[in-house]
Amino acid sequence: MSKLEPKSTNVAPQTDKVAGPWYEAWRSFKKSKIAVVGAGIVLFFIIVALIGPWIAPQGINDQVLANRLLKPSREFWLGTDDFGRDILSRIIHGARISLWVGFFSVIGSVVVGSILGIVAGYYGKWIDTIISRVFDIMLAFPSILLAIAVVSVLGPSLQNALIAIAIINVPNFGRLIRSKVLSIKEEEYITSAKAIGMQDIRILFSHILPNSMAPVIVQGTLAIATAIIEAAALGFLGLGAEAPLPEWGKMLADARVNFINAPWTMIFPGLAIMLTVLGFNLMGDGLRDALDPRMKS
Amino acid sequence: MSARKAILQVKGLQTSFFTDDGVIPAVDNIDFSVHEGEVLGIVGESGCGKSVTSLSIMGLVPSPPGKITGGEILFGDKDLTKLSDKEMRKVRGNDVAMIFQEPMTSLNPLFTIGNQLMEAILIHKKDWSKKKARERAIEMLKLVGLPRSEELMKDYPHQLSGGMRQRVMIAMALVCDPKVLIADEPTTALDVTIQAQILALMKDLNERLNTAVLLITHDLGVVAETCERVVVMYAGQIVEEGPVPIIFKDPQHPYTKGLLQSVPDMRFKKQRLYSIPGNVPKPGSISKGCRFAARCEFAFDKCLTENPDLYQTSSVHKTRCFLYQNQEVLAHDRTLIES
Repeated sequence: MSKLEPKSTNVAPQTDKVAGPWYEAWRSFKKSKIAVVGAGIVLFFIIVALIGPWIAPQGINDQVLANRLLKPSREFWLGTDDFGRDILSRIIHGARISLWVGFFSVIGSVVVGSILGIVAGYYGKWIDTIISRVFDIMLAFPSILLAIAVVSVLGPSLQNALIAIAIINVPNFGRLIRSKVLSIKEEEYITSAKAIGMQDIRILFSHILPNSMAPVIVQGTLAIATAIIEAAALGFLGLGAEAPLPEWGKMLADARVNFINAPWTMIFPGLAIMLTVLGFNLMGDGLRDALDPRMKS
Repeated sequence: MSARKAILQVKGLQTSFFTDDGVIPAVDNIDFSVHEGEVLGIVGESGCGKSVTSLSIMGLVPSPPGKITGGEILFGDKDLTKLSDKEMRKVRGNDVAMIFQEPMTSLNPLFTIGNQLMEAILIHKKDWSKKKARERAIEMLKLVGLPRSEELMKDYPHQLSGGMRQRVMIAMALVCDPKVLIADEPTTALDVTIQAQILALMKDLNERLNTAVLLITHDLGVVAETCERVVVMYAGQIVEEGPVPIIFKDPQHPYTKGLLQSVPDMRFKKQRLYSIPGNVPKPGSISKGCRFAARCEFAFDKCLTENPDLYQTSSVHKTRCFLYQNQEVLAHDRTLIES
C-alpha cells in the first residue's frame, strides 16, 4: 500500500483559513477598488436607511410654511420644499423606502424566478415550453409599461409598486436560472450524484441550485438598482408611494413645479437615486468579476 | 474461473437513441456477465458503445433521446431495466457504483470532500448518525491511500490534484460496499504515473474488498495490467470475448488483432505505429454484413452480406468472425467442458 501513497506535496500549502469558494470570491472582489467603492456607497445608504429616524434633523412631514423653498443653508443642508419640509430629512427617510422596494422586489423576483427557472431547466419538455413562452410574452412588453399595467390593476400604492416591479423582473431571473440549470445538469458531478443514488429533488436543491447562484447574485445586485429606478419612475408617475411619503421619485415629481426657482428640490433627490443606483451597479460589476469563472484568468 | 458466480448479467442489451435522423442503436444486442470479484475490461474505440453500455447498467442513459429498447440486465435476480426510479436509486451506489472519466468535474465545486462523502453514505444508510458517517468517510479516504484524511475532509475539490480527486471518487463509489464498480475510463484524464497508481489502487481494492470491477477503457495497456477477462466492442457489438492472457496471445477477430498491433512496442523503435485504416462506422449505418468488413483486410464476400454470430471458439473464448466459424466447439463438447 505504501507505494500507492501520493506525495502530499502536490497540494498547495493552505493558509489556516479554509479557502472555500465564497472566501475566494471575496478575495477577488476586494481586489477591485471600484467595486469596493460601490459596496461602500451601498453600505452607506443601508446604514442611513437603518438609522434614518434617529439621524434625520426633522420629521418627514414637518411642514413649516414660513420656511417654503429655502436654499440649502446651515439650518437646512439641502434646502426645503414647497411645504417647508427639510429635504435632507426626507431623503434620509426616502432611503428606507427605496432600499425596501429594491431589496424586496428583487427577493420576490429571485424566489419566483428561480423556482420557475429550475423547473423549466431541469424537467424540460412541455413544462419548459409553457414557462419559457410565458417569460417571452412578459419580456415582449417594455418593462415599465407592464409595471404601470400591473399597478393600474392593483391600485396605486407603494406596496403594489413593489409587487409590480417584482413581477416584471421574474422572467429575467427565470431565464437566467433556466440557462444555468441547463448547463449544470450536464456536469459530471450531477451524473455522479445520480450514480450514488441521489434523488432528483435533492440533486436540484443541494447541487444544481447552489451552483447556479453566482450569476443570480450578480444579476440581483444589478436588478436592485433597476428596481430603485423603476420605483422612482412609478412614484414620479403618481403610481407608487402616496402623498406624504418621501419616496425619491415622488419628490422629483413634486419638484417639477418649482424646478426653475428652486432647483435643489429636484437635484438632491435625483442625486440620491443616482448615487444608490451607481453604488449597486459598481458593486454588481465587481461581483460579476469575482463570481463569474469565465472572467478569471 | 467459471466456478465463480456471475453477479451482473447483461443479456441481449439494446440501447438506442431516437434522433431526428432515425433510431440509432448505440448498443446492439450484447451479452456478457461480470463474475464475483473479477475485473472485466471492455475495450473499443470511441463511439463503439462502451460508455452507453455502462450508463445502461446504471440506468443513466440520457433520456430523451436514449432508451433501453431490449434485453435485460440481471443483478442477482433483479432485472435492472425493469426497476422503478425509486428501486433503481437504491441499487445505484449501494449495489452498483460508478466512477467517471473526468475527476476534475466529478465533484461538486461548492462543497467540501467530507460533505460529499458523508452525503453519499447517508443516502443509503439512513439510520446512521453523522458521526458514524464521518468516521466511515475518513476510513474510506485512508483506504484509497489518501494521507491526512482528517484534514482532507475539510478541503474543497479545487484544492486537490486530479489523481487525488479520482481517489476521492473511488472512495465515494465504494463507500456503501457495492458488489460491482463500473469505472468508465477512470484514468484517461490522468498523467501516466498517476494512471498507474490509480489502476494499482483499483486492483488492490478489488482484491481486498472483493468488489467486481467493470473497467471501460480504450487502452489495451490498461486491460493487460488490470483485467482478468476482456470484452472487445466494435460499433455497438461484442466482437471478441475471453480471458486476457488468451486474447493477448491469440487474438482471433481481425479488429482485436488490429488493436493489439496499434500498441507501441518499445523493442522496435524506428517502426511506424500500425493503425487500423478508416473510422468506426456511425451506429446504425451498416444494415447488412459484418460491421468491421469495410476496414478488415481478411474480408470476403460473405462478410459483406451476412453479419457473423459470436462463435464460441473455446470454452472461454468467443469471436464474431466467419474465419472462426469452423472452429466453433460443438455445443455438446462445450457443455462437457463447462460441467
